[in-house]
Formats: sequence, C-alpha cells, structure tokens
Amino acid sequence: MMIDELAKQPGEWLNGQGPMSDIVISSRIRLARNVAGFPFLPKATTEQRKEIADLLHARIDAHATNQQWQYVDIAAIDELDQRVLIERHLISRQLADAPGAHGVSISGSGAASVMVNEEDHLRIQVLRSGMQLDEIWDEINDIDDRLEDKIDFAFHPRYGYLTACPTNVGTGIRVSVMLHLPGLKLTGEIERVFRAAKDMRLAVRGMFGEGTEASGDFFQISNQVTLGRTEEEIIDDFKHLVVPKIVDYENRARQALVQEKPLALDDRIWRSYGILCNARTISSEETMLHLSHLRLGINLGRIKLLDLPTVNELFLLTQPAHLQKVHGARLNGEQRSSARADCIRRRLSQVGNN
Amino acid sequence: MNLACQSCKKQPATVHMTDITPEGEKQERHLCDACAQREGIMPKAQQQHVPIAELLTGLVADKASVKQIADMACPHCGMTFIEFRNNGQLGCPSDYDAFERALVPLIERAHEGASHHIGKVPRRLDTPRPTENDLIRLKRRLDKAIENERYEEAAMLRDKLKAIQA
Repeated sequence: MMIDELAKQPGEWLNGQGPMSDIVISSRIRLARNVAGFPFLPKATTEQRKEIADLLHARIDAHATNQQWQYVDIAAIDELDQRVLIERHLISRQLADAPGAHGVSISGSGAASVMVNEEDHLRIQVLRSGMQLDEIWDEINDIDDRLEDKIDFAFHPRYGYLTACPTNVGTGIRVSVMLHLPGLKLTGEIERVFRAAKDMRLAVRGMFGEGTEASGDFFQISNQVTLGRTEEEIIDDFKHLVVPKIVDYENRARQALVQEKPLALDDRIWRSYGILCNARTISSEETMLHLSHLRLGINLGRIKLLDLPTVNELFLLTQPAHLQKVHGARLNGEQRSSARADCIRRRLSQVGNN
Repeated sequence: MNLACQSCKKQPATVHMTDITPEGEKQERHLCDACAQREGIMPKAQQQHVPIAELLTGLVADKASVKQIADMACPHCGMTFIEFRNNGQLGCPSDYDAFERALVPLIERAHEGASHHIGKVPRRLDTPRPTENDLIRLKRRLDKAIENERYEEAAMLRDKLKAIQA
C-alpha cells in the first residue's frame, strides 16, 4: 500500500536542496477554501460532510494537475498510518481527528496535498525543500485555479475567500518556513528574533518536537494576517524581509562561533556524532539535539563524512510512526528508543567509516 | 490602581465592559477572568484557536453590548454569535453578513486593521476590466519595490499602472 512505500523514503521537502537550504529546511504555502452552498463544517451534517468529501475527492482527482493524485480516506486507515502522514506533514493532527468523512489527496510527487474536511472543506498545501516560495506559489495557485474552474468556492466581495475561522479569511493563505537556527540558539540571541517576528505579526512554533513549544533548534515561522494584503505581498515579506534577515543573523552567529569558540564548537559537533554512532537507546528529543549539531557541522564544513540529505532523512525516519512502520511492528516507548538508536547507527555506518 | 472584581470582590478586575440594561441605561461592570467566564461573558480558555479566543475576549470587553450581540443568529445555518464565540468557528458563509456588526471589529483586530480583501479573485468573478482592487494592488507593489530598491521591477509596475490609468 502507498503509505508503506512512503514511510521508507525521505520526503521531497527534506532532500536538502533549494536556495538557503543550510538554514531554511523547507517552505510551505497552504490555502483554505470552502465550497459555496454548503455550511462550514461545524454546522455540516454527517450526510453533508460525506457529500462534500465525495465531491471534492472526484474533482481533485480529475482536475488538480496533470499528475496522478491519490485519495486516502483517513477513517479507513489505521492510526499508525495516520501518524506517518502527520510526521511527513501531509496531513494535520486535526484532520486525523476530524469527525465524519475526511481525507487527503496526495500528489504523485508527494509535495502537494489537499486535505478535505479539516477545519475548512479544503486545505491545499505545497511543501518544498529550501526557500522556494515563488515556485510553491506558482504551483499552488495553479492547483487552486484548476479546482476553481470546477468548484464554486465561497467568496465575498468584501472579505474574499470565506473560512470557518475569521482569522484565515481573505486570501486564506498561510505561508511558513521551517528554519534551523542552532547558531542563534547557542549565542542566546534567539529570543530577539522571536520578539521581532511577533512584532511583525508572525507566529513562531517549535518543529519536530512534541507539542508546539519552541524547543530545540528548529522553528517554523508563519504569517497570521490573511486579509488586506495580496498573496504576493505576504510572500514578498518572507522573501525580502523575514527570511533574509534571520538567515543573515544566523550566519553571523555561526561565524562568531567559528571564530571565537572553534574548539567548543567542534567538540559539540563531534560528541554528537559520537553519541549517534554509538548509542544503544536514544529518545526523540536527544536525537533532534544531536542531529541539529551534525547539521550545523556539515553546513560549516567542520564535518565532511556526512551530507545534508542523510541527516535530513534521519529527522524523519527516527520519528515514532516511521520507526514502527519501517520496523514492521508496534513498539512501546522503550523499544522505540532502542529501534531509533539502531536505525541511526545503521544509517551512519553506511556513510562514514573513520 | 487595580479595581476589585464586582462579583467575587477578591481578584483584580480584568474584564471591563459597558452593558445596556433592558431599560436602556448604561451599566459598567468590572469582573475578574474567573467570574466573567462563569457568567458566560468570556469564553473558557481553549486549546485550539487561542488567538480567536483572545480576540473575542477583547471584543466583548470593550465593544458593544453583550446581550445584543449574543442574540444575533444566522438565518441560514442557525448559528448564534454566542455559539461562535464559544468554539471560534462560524457556521456558514452567510454568517459573515449576519454577524457583520460584531465581526468587523474582530476581523480588523486579527488583520492589522484591514477588513477588505485585495488578493486573488476567482477567475469566474474576475472582470476583464481592471478594478479598483488591481489599482490599489499595483500601487502597493510599486511602493514596496521602490522601498526595497528593486528598480527594474518598479519601472515595470509604473508602466503597467500608467497603462491602466490612461
């Protein structure tokens, strides 16, 4: 089945390619849409949810793009498979828990997905490695146009695209970038970046971690204002202002570490490498920490026996559902920690032999 | 100076509002979070939609009369404003018109003062003639391009604007 295949490969958005991929892990755009003539989901009956899902499923398959799309009825797959899709960012936790008919269409490339009956009838998203917001916008705008030719979306002359929650109304757009900021974290300047982001009405969340707390070295930054600005203006802010600035700060922090504390930096990187190569049991949190150090070491040229895609791949393959999927069995917390350590050791022994 | 809550008289009042009595008189009320929640004036803290819960709290605390707003209902889906306030999501597209009076201040707070969409318009509604929207949009892109010293783009946008206005 499709999800079994998916779970064995790294996601396209983790391939380490694309502009600024040393700091920008991935970029993403999501559009929220609702079908005109139906209530929003809180007021939709079970029959209406089914009707909406059937209608959208058929239209997406036939018209979204030239590529092959595959529809997954979320209620029909088991919890582990749902978690695999969540870990790959193809669906949200909210979709997995939605009542009534709900599902997701996944594009052949795995980069685009359309969630049906999440918070809105339709949540289209495109995710790519590195800083590729222009390419993503072209792709998602095209998908939206094609769907719009066949489906009337709820649209208001004053408020634009209508969404169940008024915080998404207007463009219905959510632009986000996932950033790796170990330098700012180590120099203690990360709080300043957060404050600046919040001043710009951007939301900051932690990534790859449990919950949404901004712990670890990975952060997702996204817009909150969706009305009164064009899609291009919102994207331009990220392209010309937010991302270049943070990338510049992060690079400066990294250079400061190289120049002022090269020994401490190398020690940190190589200790992490040592732990990952030798641990027999390791938690998800500790894995993230050490993989972050490895990633920093690779990007600064301090460690050369690994490449970015390998480390990125491990971020995904060491997540709980992926571990269990690849392992072929349900694992409890202790077993997962052991399987995780094995997975990392195996992968690292394939690339580095020193 | 912190006012004490008028209900429990212990906690400092954090919710301040002006209610209109059935007789049409103004009545000021000052409550703490807990008492306001108990009276159904403020939504309970929710895990989802925290931003919207915050916005709604502010809205009820300093905008219009609680009762008038609470009684509003959408003729299409039957959703009441109270219901929306409690779960953060609207019932159908018509709610935007049905709740307009209460919703606009909230939308403006969520979107930096904006209450008009200027972004993408579905192709089926797009007119061949450039609209006011297009002009505003072009002007803003031009300003932005100049501000960021992208002069090539600015020149292109200026020409486009001229062509439309001509």
